[in-house]
Amino acid sequence: MLREEDKIFKNLYGFDDWSLTGAKSRGVWSNTKEIIEKGSDFIVEEIKSSQLRGRGGAGFPAGLKWSFMPKDSGKPHYLVVNADESEPGTCKDREIMRNDPHLLLEGCLIAGFAIHANTCYIYIRGEYYDEASNLQKAIDEAYENNLIGQNACGTNWNYDIYLHRGAGAYICGEETALLESLEGKKGQPRLKPPFPAGAGLYGCPTTVTNVETIAVAPTIIRKGASWFSSLGRENNTGSKIFSISGHVNNPCNVEEEMGIGLKELIENHAGGVIGGWDNLLAVIPGGASVPLIPKSICDTVKMDFDSLKEVQSGLGTAAVIVMNKSTDIVDAICRLSHFYKHESCGQCTPCREGTGWMFRMMEKMVKGSAQVNDIDKLLDVSKQVEGHTICALGDAAAWPIQGLMRHFRPEVERRIKKYRFGEVA
Amino acid sequence: MPTITVDNKKVEFENGMTVMQACELAGAEIPRFCYHEKLSIAGNCRMCLVEMEKGPPKPIASCAMPAGDGMVIKTDSEMVKKARKGVMEFLLINHPLDCPICDQGGECDLQDQALHYGFDKSRYEENKRAVKNKHMGPLVSTIMTRCIHCTRCVRFSTEVAGVDDLGLLGRGEDAEITTYLEKTIDSELSGNVIDLCPVGALTSKPYAFKSRPWELSKTETHDVLDGIGSSIRVDTKGKQVLRVLPRINEDINEEWINDKTRFAIDGLSRQRLDKIYIRENNKLNVSNWDNALDKIKNEINKRGKDKTITLSGKFTDAETIIATKLFSAGLGSDLYDCRFDNAQIVHSEDESYKFNSSIQEVENADAILLVGSNPRWEASVLNARIRKAFIDNNCKVGLIGPDLDLNYSYSKISNSLGGLNDILDNKSEFSKDLFNAKNPLIIVGTSAINTSQGSSILKTCAEIAKKLPNFSGSFNPLNVLNQDISRVGSLELGFVNEFFDGDFSKKT
Repeated sequence: MLREEDKIFKNLYGFDDWSLTGAKSRGVWSNTKEIIEKGSDFIVEEIKSSQLRGRGGAGFPAGLKWSFMPKDSGKPHYLVVNADESEPGTCKDREIMRNDPHLLLEGCLIAGFAIHANTCYIYIRGEYYDEASNLQKAIDEAYENNLIGQNACGTNWNYDIYLHRGAGAYICGEETALLESLEGKKGQPRLKPPFPAGAGLYGCPTTVTNVETIAVAPTIIRKGASWFSSLGRENNTGSKIFSISGHVNNPCNVEEEMGIGLKELIENHAGGVIGGWDNLLAVIPGGASVPLIPKSICDTVKMDFDSLKEVQSGLGTAAVIVMNKSTDIVDAICRLSHFYKHESCGQCTPCREGTGWMFRMMEKMVKGSAQVNDIDKLLDVSKQVEGHTICALGDAAAWPIQGLMRHFRPEVERRIKKYRFGEVA
Repeated sequence: MPTITVDNKKVEFENGMTVMQACELAGAEIPRFCYHEKLSIAGNCRMCLVEMEKGPPKPIASCAMPAGDGMVIKTDSEMVKKARKGVMEFLLINHPLDCPICDQGGECDLQDQALHYGFDKSRYEENKRAVKNKHMGPLVSTIMTRCIHCTRCVRFSTEVAGVDDLGLLGRGEDAEITTYLEKTIDSELSGNVIDLCPVGALTSKPYAFKSRPWELSKTETHDVLDGIGSSIRVDTKGKQVLRVLPRINEDINEEWINDKTRFAIDGLSRQRLDKIYIRENNKLNVSNWDNALDKIKNEINKRGKDKTITLSGKFTDAETIIATKLFSAGLGSDLYDCRFDNAQIVHSEDESYKFNSSIQEVENADAILLVGSNPRWEASVLNARIRKAFIDNNCKVGLIGPDLDLNYSYSKISNSLGGLNDILDNKSEFSKDLFNAKNPLIIVGTSAINTSQGSSILKTCAEIAKKLPNFSGSFNPLNVLNQDISRVGSLELGFVNEFFDGDFSKKT
């Protein structure tokens, strides 16, 4: 269990003051100037050696990503903070932005300095009204106190932060679609390569990073990379905010050490599964995009990137969706299929056509009006979508279905038989 | 030179090529729908997926991936075959099976590639999607259910035609190609989206249900309806001309033709002047060739053979010009001319009526001076090149003449031709752009030279051209944009007489 003094998000629940005064009392903005004066290479190296992995879902090493930014490109560099948190089940970034916005802003300055950017855009989900409001007030406060702006924190580094509100499309959380949207175009993912570090926002070197990744950076540098990497395990270091929702007694966001047992996480922080642990059916451990895991795996699995990968799922955004035995698991996954069908941007063929097809087949699976060999067809179609699309939405649409069939195929088959032959004793 | 291995075959490629182009060098065929050489890369159809060794564990889109030295590409592996089949299946699940009544049938990319790369039957048991047809004006017919969302038409209209009339609205499977407000495509190049559409979603309205491509005889020829002579193919069935399509000719029209060229053929079969009329007492009476020729003979004899003036029109072919010259010589007259609009060109110098720089050179221009010309109307395909130069080279365009609706921005120099002298004297703001450019060009329209001052205007233009940095003995940046190609042929054949120089109307 994470010790209280190791917690990075000290005001996660908003019990304390979120404004600059409150933030300063928690140590935010305390020695930003010193950190920046150590130089950008130091910051990148420190983040690298802390083994911080991106908190947006893919888990790409943050320090490595920052180091991809060219040193001397002759073009303006941009830091873009991805606050378009729309992954079903995920609600961690909103807590940071409304309860501890200065933590994010300080991170923006330090990360921006590290990648030689003078401009930062925070692309916030349109529905996050209060969060945008708090964040904007925090930005204004930071400008007034010369923490950002011209000669930010007295470091001779000019730094501007702009808040941009999205308009509610899930796909705009994909980094290149986000850049398109930020440029005022239709939010459709770009082809990669070129990657944003080479040609991102307005064709200039850009780093797109999740809110949580940026917000933990100042604390890591303040307390040292070794402190951060002492938490969790190799390649899965540090602490992380888990969003626990679904059939638990006490749904919550909680900052915990990476690699905490899933059972421990749910029992200790979320008040346990409704109806007791034995009433658990399955858990989606990382937001809607990752395959579910059944109770047998949940008993022992540890919550970090590599452990969940071993059980053919993923940590994703660490949004734990708990489903007990009252859940119609087929219908639940069908609902996710509908979500991906609805949110597909329609640009590339497999996702545009495949998500609708998969959803309609899932609808039949819910009723049982399919044939048994349709399950294989559905899996085959999901494989035809996976890995063939421009962005990862195609993969995200395929994985929940693959997870369902991997662990709950007998249930699906039972329904089909029931629909055709009536209840079989 | 960097090398790439495609299906165990090593080939050299030029830097900047895509994997798809490199594969083609190696002779591997890559199916595609959205990719088009003349348009930006969209990478959205996913048909061109190939496997890259030591790459990601999934296939890559070859049209968008830059080829790299030492890459190993497989285009016929199991992974690739499966990916292609998958994409093909997805494209077909919501595509109607209406090939028998589709005008694209027989020349349809989807049909051809489904044959090579697809399944023989469908596994799709759900209802197919139906999409409402869109109104795109009198030339382009839409059957949007057939659309595969390759966005070639959208990219063409925004990039080449320079109009924002087409776009992809909606998202996911509800995405639709549309003109935003059921509006006609407001472009003189709109017909090209018919050729670009790989399926039968956008077809030719006048040609609808007329014929099948395999029933047509194809004749390769040149367009005569504007001054640049685009390469075209005329498709005929029996005696009737049914459609006109562009041929690829990088020197002139690339792959495009304008709508006038494409759709003017209805004039061959409808409301055609196919009878002889003789005007008597201010009334046109139907007659026959014998009467007409008799009348001509009598009139010529009455007025004196050597005073006979012959003028040629817009669409006179070179053979007729030769025959007319011989006819006039027989009459003992040399009073013939092709400049019916009184264009004051210096006919002894062919540089005064030609497009000297070549059309291809327009692409490299970084400054263009338009004098009394509206290239968008007079030569739409040339205008597309100017737009290309504007986009690629940030070409600066200056205009002398009335305001125009061009699909690129230009700086207006003056309404009257007096602005030319300011340029020559380096007094105008644009003259700096023109003289400091590396590849400047001057394009003079016929409306600037068909006045009595025509020849002096042309002379001023020639003087400006001589001052341009790229002027040399072998290269003349001065271009005259004629409105019809027959004019140039007639001038080349010497169908012109000094008698008509100056103000033609005063002489006759």
